[in-house]
Amino acid sequence: MTPLLEIRDLHAEIAGGRKIINGMNLTINPGEVHAIMGPNGAGKSTLSYVLSGKPGYEITGGEVIFRGVNLQELSPDERAAQGLFLCFQYPLEIPGVSNMAFLHTAANSQRKKRGEPELTSPELVRKVRELGKQLGIDTDMLKRPVNVGFSGGEKKRNETLQMMLLEPYLSILDEADSGLDIDALKVVSNGVNAMRSPERSMLVITHYQRLLDYIVPDVVHVFAAGRIVHTGGKELALELEATGYAQYQNEAA
Amino acid sequence: MAADVRLMKTAAELALADAFAAVKSTLPGDAAVAAQRTAAFETFASVGLPHRRVESWRYTDLRALLREAPPLASAAGPEALARSLAACPMLAGMEARRIYVVNGAFVSDISDLANLEPGVSISSLATALGAADPLVAHLGQTVASSDAALALNTAFMGDGVVIALAEGATLSRPLHLVFVTTEATATAAYTRSLLVMGKGASAQVIESHEGPAGAAYQVNTALEVVVGEGASLERVKITAEGNDALHISTLLARVADGAKLANANFTLGGAIIRNQLLVQLAGEGIDASLSGVSLLAGKQHSDTLLAVEHIAPNCQSREQFRTVVDDTARDIFQGRISVRQSAQKTDARMMSRALLLSDTAESDNKPELEIFADDVQCGHGCTTGSLDQQLKFYMMSRGIPEKEAEALLIQAFVGEVIDAIGHEGVRAALTDATRNWLIERK
Ligand SMILES: Nc1ncnc2c1ncn2[C@@H]1O[C@H](COP(=O)(O)OP(=O)(O)OP(=O)(O)O)[C@@H](O)[C@H]1O
Ligand SMILES: [Mg+2]
Repeated sequence: MTPLLEIRDLHAEIAGGRKIINGMNLTINPGEVHAIMGPNGAGKSTLSYVLSGKPGYEITGGEVIFRGVNLQELSPDERAAQGLFLCFQYPLEIPGVSNMAFLHTAANSQRKKRGEPELTSPELVRKVRELGKQLGIDTDMLKRPVNVGFSGGEKKRNETLQMMLLEPYLSILDEADSGLDIDALKVVSNGVNAMRSPERSMLVITHYQRLLDYIVPDVVHVFAAGRIVHTGGKELALELEATGYAQYQNEAA
Repeated sequence: MAADVRLMKTAAELALADAFAAVKSTLPGDAAVAAQRTAAFETFASVGLPHRRVESWRYTDLRALLREAPPLASAAGPEALARSLAACPMLAGMEARRIYVVNGAFVSDISDLANLEPGVSISSLATALGAADPLVAHLGQTVASSDAALALNTAFMGDGVVIALAEGATLSRPLHLVFVTTEATATAAYTRSLLVMGKGASAQVIESHEGPAGAAYQVNTALEVVVGEGASLERVKITAEGNDALHISTLLARVADGAKLANANFTLGGAIIRNQLLVQLAGEGIDASLSGVSLLAGKQHSDTLLAVEHIAPNCQSREQFRTVVDDTARDIFQGRISVRQSAQKTDARMMSRALLLSDTAESDNKPELEIFADDVQCGHGCTTGSLDQQLKFYMMSRGIPEKEAEALLIQAFVGEVIDAIGHEGVRAALTDATRNWLIERK
């Protein structure tokens, strides 16, 4: 099987010279859900930014191959069109840009880049409303500016809606559970699970086993000091809950 | 006169004096108007062209910028008039009564003057001055100003549009005053218009200004407005002059009890653009909104001077200005809200924000409050910044290309002002014009 994502000996730093990713290796096959757990400040969010191409995050060694393409050669919007999606740990507010217009522009920009037919407004509105219903996002929120005045949980639902509309091959969920109440956690997890398919994969970054009860991973990695230091099955998450990261941090050092 | 001439320094000032001497006897109006012109020219001559040391002009040194005083524009021929009909394409689809002022002259032949609404009159300033129409008594009487550029306008005013709405009169469709310069050579046009609204009258007025690219023409235009008791005026001014043009515009508005005034300036064309907005809230319970959007690129220089005076109690004013500055363009905003001691319970809020799209773009922002009443709510603020890189990345991570992400952010930035415009057609047209400006930017 050709891997969906292959990270080979990746080194990356944040502009200003701080090295955060330190010789990381990871292979994700189509259809797999991988969880990444690790201490605060280990570089998990940084990894997600490096993968999605955030300016100021520089790859200094190794490579990342996504669906056969070297990601370093693509701009963030090209990566998105290629099927990469980052569910932000802290989604941003965009004053003055309505949610619906934003979704429309995003969906059609991607389709255009891939040479697919663009969605008409009614098609898009129908799709978005359907997804909104599943995720408990009402019409009013769809008209409002992106994330402006949304609660933390609403922002996460909105991220999930974007993901479900854009149907990426690889979704990176950075603490999708933070700030969610129990009901919202179920709603978001159901959305994510609905996307699971033999060709779609997920990289789930979380601190808590709880999320993994809902989004059950195939593989769990421990990430410390900028690389994966241990890998196991879904039971590893439970172990970590009991033991913490101390042993792995020593391993990383 | 001799003493005045001695004070003149630049070639342009001397040429203006010669031009005034040459044309003053041919300009319309009776002896009183002639005296008004002479007095205005003397005001101008005593101070000359505004320069850096004149506070209200400190960022736009007209004395240095205005090298020549080109000849007055002459009447357009039939072919140029036909072309003028296609002016202001951005509003082409909008239902409006269109009045044309071409090369500084009101052109009744191509203007839509039929079936005026009851209580509404529209005529040319030249005709009104020639016939000593009582309306012309308002000229120079709405808001007092000693501004030198306005004085020049008063001295040279040749034509313009005089509009009166009687008590309770309402325009059934917007009035579009289409100002066009057609000559490819350097000319000067001084137009003065007047809008007098009686008690409870209501109107939407759009003013557009444009002319050919590559011609160093000069436009000095002014509009005096009397908004009567309980009357309602929405005015939108679109400045889309040619890329070498100098455009100076003055709005003088006096507003009475319980009236509503909403004025929006939309500026995108011209080499040097100066918009002066002098507004007097003379009655109680007025609701006033003064706003503006400028989209500047290349070497454009746009300067907005705003002076709102709260004179009577219980008035609200909102001042909202947004500028987008690219390349080496420069935007200036000087805004002053004065609240007299008599204007208790004033509620005034001014905000001006500039978005710089390049390292060489420039913005000067000078908001000011001058408050003599103690029971008021007033605030002002200004910001200058560049596009938010975090937001841009967020949008790009959803597949939106960089330029498109920038365009969405810029549209959102100016949208705050455009979306507040009452007329839906104008709102849509300005939104489209912004989008087109952004497309051309690429
Ligand atoms: N823009 C930045 N400039 C400098 N240092 C940064 C920047 N962003 C992150 N860092 C640092 O990089 C390290 C990794 O941060 P990152 O946010 O990737 O950690 P994380 O694993 O996601 O942590 P958490 O679990 O708390 O979300 C931290 O030490 C952080 O302080
Ligand atoms: Mg993080």
